[in-house]
Amino acid sequence: MVSEKLEMYQELATKIRAHCLRMTHRGMSGHLGSMLSMADMLAVLYTSILKVDPENPEWDERDRFVLSKGHGGAAVYAVLAEKGFFPMEWLNTYYLDDGKLSGHISHHVPGVEFSTGSLGHGLPVAVGMALAARNDGKQHRIFCLMSDGDCNEGSTWEALMFAAHHELDSLIVIVDYNRVQALGKMADVIEMEPFVPKLELFGWSVRSIDGHDCEQLEATLSEVPFEKGRPSWVLASTTKCKGVSWLEDTVGSHYGCVNDEELAAALAELGVSK
Amino acid sequence: MRSAFNEELLKIAKADDRIYMVLADIGYGEIEPFAEAFPDRFYNCGVAEQNMTGVACGLAMEGKIAVTYSIANFPTLRCLEQIRNDVCYHDQNVKIVIIGGGLAYGSLGVSHHSTEDIAIMRSLPDCVVVCPADIPEARAATYAMIEHEGAFYYRCGYKQEPDLHQGKIDFELGKAIEVCDGSDVTLIGTGTVTYRAWQAAELLAGEGIKARVISMHTVKPIDREAIVAAARETGAIVTVEEHNICGGLGGAVAEVIAESGMGIGFKMIALPDEYVHIVGTHEWLLDYYGFSPEGIAGSVVELLA
Repeated sequence: MVSEKLEMYQELATKIRAHCLRMTHRGMSGHLGSMLSMADMLAVLYTSILKVDPENPEWDERDRFVLSKGHGGAAVYAVLAEKGFFPMEWLNTYYLDDGKLSGHISHHVPGVEFSTGSLGHGLPVAVGMALAARNDGKQHRIFCLMSDGDCNEGSTWEALMFAAHHELDSLIVIVDYNRVQALGKMADVIEMEPFVPKLELFGWSVRSIDGHDCEQLEATLSEVPFEKGRPSWVLASTTKCKGVSWLEDTVGSHYGCVNDEELAAALAELGVSK
Repeated sequence: MRSAFNEELLKIAKADDRIYMVLADIGYGEIEPFAEAFPDRFYNCGVAEQNMTGVACGLAMEGKIAVTYSIANFPTLRCLEQIRNDVCYHDQNVKIVIIGGGLAYGSLGVSHHSTEDIAIMRSLPDCVVVCPADIPEARAATYAMIEHEGAFYYRCGYKQEPDLHQGKIDFELGKAIEVCDGSDVTLIGTGTVTYRAWQAAELLAGEGIKARVISMHTVKPIDREAIVAAARETGAIVTVEEHNICGGLGGAVAEVIAESGMGIGFKMIALPDEYVHIVGTHEWLLDYYGFSPEGIAGSVVELLA
């Protein structure tokens, strides 16, 4: 990959992280860790992978992007604002009275396909979208970004069995696999490992990658579907709250935002001015 | 009634290729004609109601009309959050059809009694709630369901229920149908138990009590005009529903009466606020819980006394 492109991804991911820090700090809201762990994949998705048009968010041929881990919605708002789906100033209203942007992702915001917030809802809906696209002979893809917590939900497993049975190869799941849940480390809550063979046995074509390596993200997401007749699953290993060193891989970052001093320190760590 | 529903849906689907059936492994002996006619528009999700509802929502988001279909509580309570967050909040064209409302599957037990559904479904913003009283209403309601844009809950009977209406009916969503007029009291029913309310009115006529009978097939949006007119013109209202006494038709009618400011005689004939664990057939259980024509008539007499 040419270094300019890599720099572009990293620059956008840094902007997303900085926006999330400011938004959660201003709103005194939570889920910072879940936002920061998926910043790199959002940067790559919205720069090089998703066929979307900020001028026409309802464009019929757009790729559908469903964020199932709706609690990380601020990161999607940030990338949508950066890409021009709505005015940047809207980010300043996140979580506030009469604000434009709610804590969990909302389809009332331009560019957002679907509202979520309760886990396990994204994949079944994405499956229905993929089914419709296939029956209508359409070429767009359906991406569903999920958390490891999402994978605890029974509805997710209902949907992934259905998708494999119906060979929905226009469907791509990306799991932000940060291995930290709301009450503890995934390994202590519900261990998903060995995850890859589990998913393969369920009929999915699976790639396991580093979810912070933009080069890998671009290369992998450019190759979907991995196999004809199988839905694709990208298990993207990440670090919760990536980019804020003292909060990385902590359960607390699932709920936390930063105080004034921490905001300054975190932005400095990112190399961003306050 | 379920056969009538499936016949009409099949007819409509022949002319409208947006219609999909999305099931959760229920419907044996009824859904096969649709499955055979439209294999690309028929999906059995297996025993997975949450996925059934999510898939239906995803289809609807791409312009389809998705009908989810199962018995009793399976397509409502099991996947209520998918109905609320996915279907209703996104204002999607999903039709939730249950076969066997109330105690229709009597002897099968509590898991198969759909007795809180009206209250729950009518509390969801933008969800229409319809409970046809007889087969002619069920046929008409099927067309109304497809014509309506948005979430729709259809509570269907499951057997050969007797016709409440004689001749052609004028079925309109949100518009109650008067079965017979009367000036002493109004019986407002919803669903198949409305037939028993009409039988009770016949008994009351023998005692010189003239009862109006209304089929309130649409519980939401409710026909406020019909309720207010009944209150004004007959002075007393009795609701009859095969549903827990909390929050169903009786609650909906009571809300209208209370807001109208008219102090009238009012009684709700419904199931008590308890689980129906006693064992019996549909008809036997209805009689047991006071829905026999004599039982309903007796409740009316008691109110008017």
